[in-house]
Amino acid sequence: MSKNVTHAFVEKRVGWLAVLMTIAISIGGLVEITPLVFQKQTNEPVVGLKPYTALEMEGRDIYIREGCSNCHSQMIRPFRSETERYGHYSLAGEHVWERPFLWGSKRTGPDLARVGGRYSDEWHYVHLINPRDVVPESNMPAFPWLAENTLDGELTAKKLEVFRSFGVPYTDEDIAGAKAAVEGKTEMEALIAYLQVLGTGLTQAE
Amino acid sequence: MSSFWSAWIIVLTLAFLVFIIWLLRWNMTNYTGIKEGELMDHEFDGIVEINNPMPKWWTILFWITIVWGFLYLALYPGLGNFTGLLGWSSSNQDVRSLEQSKEATEAAREAGLIVEYDRQMDQAEEKFGPVFAALSERPIEELAQDPEAVKIGQRLFIQNCAQCHGSNAMGGKGFPNLTDDDWLYGGSPEAIKHSLMEGRNGVMPAQTQFNDQQITELAHYVMSLSGRKVDPELAKAGESNFAACAACHGPNGKGNQALGAPNLTDNVWLYGGSQDAIEETLRNGRNGVMPAWKDILGEDKIHVISSYVYGLSQD
Repeated sequence: MSKNVTHAFVEKRVGWLAVLMTIAISIGGLVEITPLVFQKQTNEPVVGLKPYTALEMEGRDIYIREGCSNCHSQMIRPFRSETERYGHYSLAGEHVWERPFLWGSKRTGPDLARVGGRYSDEWHYVHLINPRDVVPESNMPAFPWLAENTLDGELTAKKLEVFRSFGVPYTDEDIAGAKAAVEGKTEMEALIAYLQVLGTGLTQAE
Repeated sequence: MSSFWSAWIIVLTLAFLVFIIWLLRWNMTNYTGIKEGELMDHEFDGIVEINNPMPKWWTILFWITIVWGFLYLALYPGLGNFTGLLGWSSSNQDVRSLEQSKEATEAAREAGLIVEYDRQMDQAEEKFGPVFAALSERPIEELAQDPEAVKIGQRLFIQNCAQCHGSNAMGGKGFPNLTDDDWLYGGSPEAIKHSLMEGRNGVMPAQTQFNDQQITELAHYVMSLSGRKVDPELAKAGESNFAACAACHGPNGKGNQALGAPNLTDNVWLYGGSQDAIEETLRNGRNGVMPAWKDILGEDKIHVISSYVYGLSQD
């Protein structure tokens, strides 16, 4: 321990203070985050996970646009009180193709991580037009314009391409057919298609 | 986790803990050559610093957190692949399917490891398992008369079924009323349980082969089946086209529970009974889906819900 390395050294050199603080804070990230980037657990999809179809991908973007994740989480924690209501707890392998993930952090409404297949398409339609029609005590806003707006599919292929560059296994046919698959469909159809596939990669794997 | 990343975590974590110990000791040692309580050799604008040690309570707390850190890392999984002396973990995260999840639960149980989530589930199974097992042994008709079973069934119904069928089970447009003894797929205990377990998929195809006039005539005929006041001429004209409907709804419109084709003669209307609503049904078709619940709730709970639903129309 050199006598030169004293308090006075760091106290009088603010640049060094910043450098040492950065190192101290980075240790946490180096230990907790960096290894995750290289883990099988976080990189390998669950067995039944399928890439979103073109329509589901558009639905996901509408989910983001309308701010659904402000009130709905997509993350079932490993507690019995959650799994009794929502199903098996969420796994990292279900989210490997999510960019960005939509886990959310607030549950004004219920968790949607496994809402797929839980209600009929018709129920979702009625519920999105006016939630009070099926759940009288609901405080969810109505989204009637979803049934009126139609998709042109101009950017759908581009979106799939971008996701392919992230490692999602889209084929050339998927991308070539993306526009035709969504053109003329309503935003409502896209959003419902997206909701109906949520969480099914784990629970409905053949 | 590969041994490289495991080592990465262990080395960095332990090195940082050792560094913190060094840092604390370094800061507690007086290297200044100035005695405790005496003035340091700097001054700014009349402000001076006295060479005081760090407060005792603060350094003691710091030591406690360091000891706590070592203890935690020894007991719980924190250091790479080291699982901790307690063998505790929160859940089986490294699985790829429901089967693997079950296998991981079994493997952990055999190895004597504590998986917190599985422990919660085991405790619940111990408490509620026998209750549902006992209920599932008894026939649905009997459960419908048992106030305890009805209470449990109602709770489950409100949590899982009320979103569509309503908390009073009276349904709404497109979602069947379960209290009226009018059944699309049959109201026997077995039929109800089957609907819950496997779900139902009712398809009314759009009658695109008819023009607007024919649709109106058909709607009048359909309304006449339940004895409602209609234009007799239109109804008469509609009757000739009813053959297209008879395949599912039967020649006299009594429906067919095997197909989920509604009885058209009882004046109960799932999608509305106005002329407009009926014409809309004919023109665009309908698709009534009851989701399958066996994978979500399991058979024992469905058995109890079935008894509750069965009981609703028995009064």
